[in-house]
Amino acid sequence: MSGHDHDHGHPHDADAHAPIEEGGGPVTWDEVLEAALRELCIEKGVFSGTQVMQALESMDARRPEDGARLVARFWTDPDFRRLALENGKAAAETGGIDMTGAPDLVFLENTPQVHHVVVCTLCSCYPKAVLGIPPAWYKSKAYRARVVREPRAVLKEFGTVLPKSVDVRVADSTAELRFLVVPLRPAGTEGLSLEQLAALVTRDSMVGVTQALSPSP
Amino acid sequence: MQPVHDLGGLPIHDPVDRNEHPYTFLEKRIDAMMRLLYGPCALFKVDEMRRAIESLSPEEYEHLTYYQKWLKAMRALLLEKGVLQEGELEKRIDAVQARMEAERRDTTPLKPHIEGRK
Amino acid sequence: MSAGHPAFQVGQRVRVLTRQPTGHFRTPGYVRGRVGVVQHLTGAYLNAETLAHGGDGRPPLMMYRVQFQQPALWPDYAGPATDTLVVDIYEHWLEPAPGDPQPPQQEPRP
Repeated sequence: MSGHDHDHGHPHDADAHAPIEEGGGPVTWDEVLEAALRELCIEKGVFSGTQVMQALESMDARRPEDGARLVARFWTDPDFRRLALENGKAAAETGGIDMTGAPDLVFLENTPQVHHVVVCTLCSCYPKAVLGIPPAWYKSKAYRARVVREPRAVLKEFGTVLPKSVDVRVADSTAELRFLVVPLRPAGTEGLSLEQLAALVTRDSMVGVTQALSPSP
Repeated sequence: MQPVHDLGGLPIHDPVDRNEHPYTFLEKRIDAMMRLLYGPCALFKVDEMRRAIESLSPEEYEHLTYYQKWLKAMRALLLEKGVLQEGELEKRIDAVQARMEAERRDTTPLKPHIEGRK
Repeated sequence: MSAGHPAFQVGQRVRVLTRQPTGHFRTPGYVRGRVGVVQHLTGAYLNAETLAHGGDGRPPLMMYRVQFQQPALWPDYAGPATDTLVVDIYEHWLEPAPGDPQPPQQEPRP
């Protein structure tokens, strides 16, 4: 490596001299402000360039598959289900998920009578520790405004139609806790392994805009 | 007056845009900085960040992207808390702008040779 | 009422206050003034309203998961009347639903 000073806080993936953004294009105010804030914070010892890299890596490490594995265990292990309903964070940690500093986690169990869908109308609270970064639509004005007022219409846009006999229950995330929906276990999944079950649990089903996938015939 | 961020139930009729663009590296860096500042650095609470975002004007709240809002909130809080001074930040912004513009010019691909060369 | 002595209990009808204060709040506008039922005692959490302005958020306040029938929130609700919405609300944003008898004081659960 060249003598390039990485404490300058100039994170890049491979070539030390490659531009940070792909493709170039005009320099935008947010690129400039982000770099200026980051450089000054590093120079003042608020955080280090290494910490920035670690934070980036740790974000990338969190995926919906983590949450899906928790759901599969919830479906198959009554003791895990009991723990998850009582202390969601502790349950996630038994699944090997690092919940240090994360808000409390509340498992919302769908039943044949109740289908939950989660939103944060005031900002965009989302169970990042077990699902990773939320999709843009979850943070959008349209979702936040509409799903509390017309959840079935929003669910329909995601291809989800539920009978009138099911209570569609919107959970608006306002406290320092995060909701994870446990979708209904699909029919015909007896005997599937945990991995096979987890594969049916999509991110969208853990937000509640869809149901879990059915196993292939 | 309805606060800018209190969106539940507003009469918005647009369909939810389900297009999922992958996050840019810039957005990820903003996210990382935010998590550091309220996490291990404990410089401010998540609630202060939210309050800073809620203080944006309706126009800014409407037109800035999610991560642009966070970036502005971080700037406001770092100044409010005295971690950074306005003058040094403005100076650094100018320097970074100049450096990035120069880098962009330097990486513009050269015109290919079109006569004679193999 | 402190977090150790919850003011409301599961099953109790409560009304959300209609305050319109300035500052940072975690009670969405669309539930203010509405009546719902306490579904769950969510737990004691630091006060976001004071944390937002540099305070330490103490003392922690009890939050309640209040369930609303959707038609009670939206006059033109298009779905079944049995659809519901739940939201966690701080104790100081709630009052007993008007006209309901006060429930007998109960010892807090250990």
